[in-house]
Amino acid sequence: MKVQIGPERCQGHGRCYDLAPELFGADEEGYGQVLGDGLVPPDLERAARLAAANCPERAIDVEET
Amino acid sequence: MTVDDRFASLEPIGEEPEGIRSEIITGPVSDWATDFSHLEPEWAADPYPIQDDLRQRCPIAHTDRFGGAWLPTRYEDVAAIAYDTERFSSRSINMGNFRPPRDIAPIGGSPPISSDPPFHQHARKLLLGAFTKTSIARQEPATRAFCHELIDKLEGQDVVDAAAEYAQHIPMRVIADMLGFPPEDGPQFAEFVEDLLEGINLPPEDRITRMERLFSYLLTQVQDHLDNPRDDITSYLLGAEIFGTKLTADHVTGAMALLLIAGIDTTWSAIGSSLWHLADHPADRRRLLDEPALLPVAIEEFLRAYAPVTMARLVKEDMNWHGADMKADDWILLSFPAANRDPAQFDRAGEVIIDRQVNRHAAFGLGIHRCLGSHLARMELRVALEVWLERIGEFTLADPEAVRWSTGQIRGPRALPLKIS
Repeated sequence: MKVQIGPERCQGHGRCYDLAPELFGADEEGYGQVLGDGLVPPDLERAARLAAANCPERAIDVEET
Repeated sequence: MTVDDRFASLEPIGEEPEGIRSEIITGPVSDWATDFSHLEPEWAADPYPIQDDLRQRCPIAHTDRFGGAWLPTRYEDVAAIAYDTERFSSRSINMGNFRPPRDIAPIGGSPPISSDPPFHQHARKLLLGAFTKTSIARQEPATRAFCHELIDKLEGQDVVDAAAEYAQHIPMRVIADMLGFPPEDGPQFAEFVEDLLEGINLPPEDRITRMERLFSYLLTQVQDHLDNPRDDITSYLLGAEIFGTKLTADHVTGAMALLLIAGIDTTWSAIGSSLWHLADHPADRRRLLDEPALLPVAIEEFLRAYAPVTMARLVKEDMNWHGADMKADDWILLSFPAANRDPAQFDRAGEVIIDRQVNRHAAFGLGIHRCLGSHLARMELRVALEVWLERIGEFTLADPEAVRWSTGQIRGPRALPLKIS
């Protein structure tokens, strides 16, 4: 699984880094950032889906690889 | 005294501002689909059945009050308008009987909330850094200590007003610290908030007098910060630049007013509504006492179900929008609370489910105007509820009839008597 943030959609609500801090962080203005290469270890797949499902702007794409 | 030319000749408002005034219409609503008003007591007491009914039969209600306004009630429509900054302006976001002149756009009176693109992003960028989750975390220890102080003061009372004696004070103290205002000025802030947000149907001269009180207070704070610059948002705004030019005096005071007002009664309302819910739902209260780790999830559900903030927009040009015959300068009452209870977007939308896992609510808005203070609000709400649950634990509504809800675009309990022993 791989996660991406659409920077044109992200508004900095921060739900991703609240719900899945292992996968997402914030830049200095609070916009969401994918940590590392975005590849999701199996034990964090649920957290990744939860973050995507709670993003008010639908800015997170989850790709099953 | 340090003189800053931008503020040297500035007088608080004084004469009546230019703009468009409409007739003040009050009194009972005849039909919510054609004559709605968010200022009537029925709406303040319980707007949700009204919104649910409108969502099924309209779904975009209209009123001739406020010089003409529309009320979308479906999530889809609220989201579409929030995203469409081409056709809907933020030049005023406080729906009433006064529309500021068109040439106030794209800056508006209190940037960035009142700003439209392209100016908006610059005004917003200035403030984002101070309101990130990381920046806000620095306020948490002081916020927690202050919540404990407030609870200490309740000692010996069986019945307390959780709105007036607890919820209200928390955001006031935190924003005063962030802006660098004296903490003891809190009670004045409550008056400013009421003046601006609840005095919508007052005659214009009364509203101007009330605005003057706020702006003369802000100018006093500006002068104090010019004389004694320090590490806070007021000093930061005084030194901030856009395109290499210092901000205008109006921009500085407008942004200060925004940060002061927008942070107070919104979070006060969210804390109060959450306590009201928990007082009235013993199973939810006990579950949170048993499972404190569930609180952040429950908070998102309180934000969804009792979203405190409704915004407003102004239609830019005449158009037919989703079947509504909108005219230029018609208001849109942009109800995030109504969107948050749309069954097309949320399962069991009308129920409060404190362990709801998927909760894509719009309590902090959608699109470019996402609430700048959302991380601050969430921190204050979490700490306020953690301390209350830890210290008080068991509490019930002392008198359900005595609960009084605010009127206007911010909804929350203003009187909330709770039995705490």
